Amino acid sequence: MKQLSVDHLTGIVDLSTQDIELILETAQRFKEVINRPIKKVPSLRDITIANVFFENSTRTKLSFELAQKRLSADIVNFSASNSSLKKGETLVDTINNILAMKVDMVVLRHPNPGAAKFLSEKVNAKVINAGDGTHEHPTQALLDAFSIQEKLGSIKGKKVVIVGDILHSRVALSNIYCLQKLGAEVMVCGPSTLIPKYIDQLGVKVSHNLRTALEWCDVANMLRIQLERQDGAYFPTLREYAMQFGLDKNMLDSLSKEIVIMHPGPINRGVEISSDVADSKQSIILDQVENGVAIRMAVIYLLAGRIER
Amino acid sequence: MEKQVILNATQLELTLNRLSHQLIETHENFENSILIGLQPRGIHVATRLKKILESILGREIQAGNLDITFHRDDFRRRETPLLPSVTNIDFSVENKRIILIDDVLFTGRTIRAGLDALLTFGRPAQVQLLILIDRRFSRDLPIQADFVGKKVDTLFTERVAVEWNEIEGQDRVLLFSKEANETAQR
Repeated sequence: MKQLSVDHLTGIVDLSTQDIELILETAQRFKEVINRPIKKVPSLRDITIANVFFENSTRTKLSFELAQKRLSADIVNFSASNSSLKKGETLVDTINNILAMKVDMVVLRHPNPGAAKFLSEKVNAKVINAGDGTHEHPTQALLDAFSIQEKLGSIKGKKVVIVGDILHSRVALSNIYCLQKLGAEVMVCGPSTLIPKYIDQLGVKVSHNLRTALEWCDVANMLRIQLERQDGAYFPTLREYAMQFGLDKNMLDSLSKEIVIMHPGPINRGVEISSDVADSKQSIILDQVENGVAIRMAVIYLLAGRIER
Repeated sequence: MEKQVILNATQLELTLNRLSHQLIETHENFENSILIGLQPRGIHVATRLKKILESILGREIQAGNLDITFHRDDFRRRETPLLPSVTNIDFSVENKRIILIDDVLFTGRTIRAGLDALLTFGRPAQVQLLILIDRRFSRDLPIQADFVGKKVDTLFTERVAVEWNEIEGQDRVLLFSKEANETAQR
């Protein structure tokens, strides 16, 4: 019988195409479950999961919590603001203390790239990466792939452009890996200061012109400008960025074909995407959020199946 | 592994016809009744019965497929995770009379999970169980069928397989007897 080839989900880079397809297929079943009158299944009632967030998050944390609750897992939440990290404890010690209370799985968000991978090598629990700095955000990439597949029928051969702050985006990197493994073509688009120097080594196309990029693609994933991660001036003003790389309705309507608009959230309306585009028929932003719960249920379910009794 | 035919195509057809008539005795014209086949193998029994019932009654009968994977009691007790099949119940089961359908009734654990899964779609007025092959005296749970195609006495080491023309190329029910030292799936 099919199962995942990994014990942890630290990054899309470690997953095989079969793994990704298995997750998407399982998520399909869970999407059906969360649309039932009773949206809960008892599969994981003997599993305890800790959500450990060293960085702020609304949607990802909520989405993971809902996914865990709908699988009947017990959960504990832990966030940096009230942690003993401030008292000088290391990450591994913090997690081992949580695990000593018999926790089977850890969902980790951390500002340092590689934190999830590091943790998965140090502790005796399944680790799911919910974002590690500017590195990876695998469940976001999986839910993006799921949403594209749902909207367009398949991913193979589709053209996806990721627009915006590629340099500081973990969503971009995970999406590139995920979409390429599923056979899509990927382009990144943004000001040259926000595009990593050797990104073409990953096999992606690079464009600095939004219109060219949009004319090329089937799907546009508009990223937020991550001001909180930017340590210098990457562009003169937000207004100038919005004029060159912000997507508005005029631009969208003037394209030669109808493209799908995605956004991982949170949206800065009027910056990378205008209000009428975010709310338009072509936007699948809220479908992405719904699918996020199904994807996370699938990932947790498949990893939980690998916990030894 | 030795195999023995319990029902051949003709016998299977007779049994399905009889079960259909028994269902009509209880459910009359199926106005408030729904057939629900359990994934993966019960759905074929349900599809056949639906076809026969529709040709007798001359009206369409509501039916659905139910996957029970997430409600099973052996998750994490197996080597690999249990993978789900499709559920398509796009109607409410509230106050309906449900006929739950599976091909083989053995330990009763699948049916227990099926009942739990079914209740997540609402509160039915009644649930009945229809089984094509009842491996009697082998229950782990207090579950019995309301409609039975055929009762068979089997050992735990044996296996019953229902094969369909659409999938295996032939309608028949087989009994496989394994060597005694081979551990059965229990």
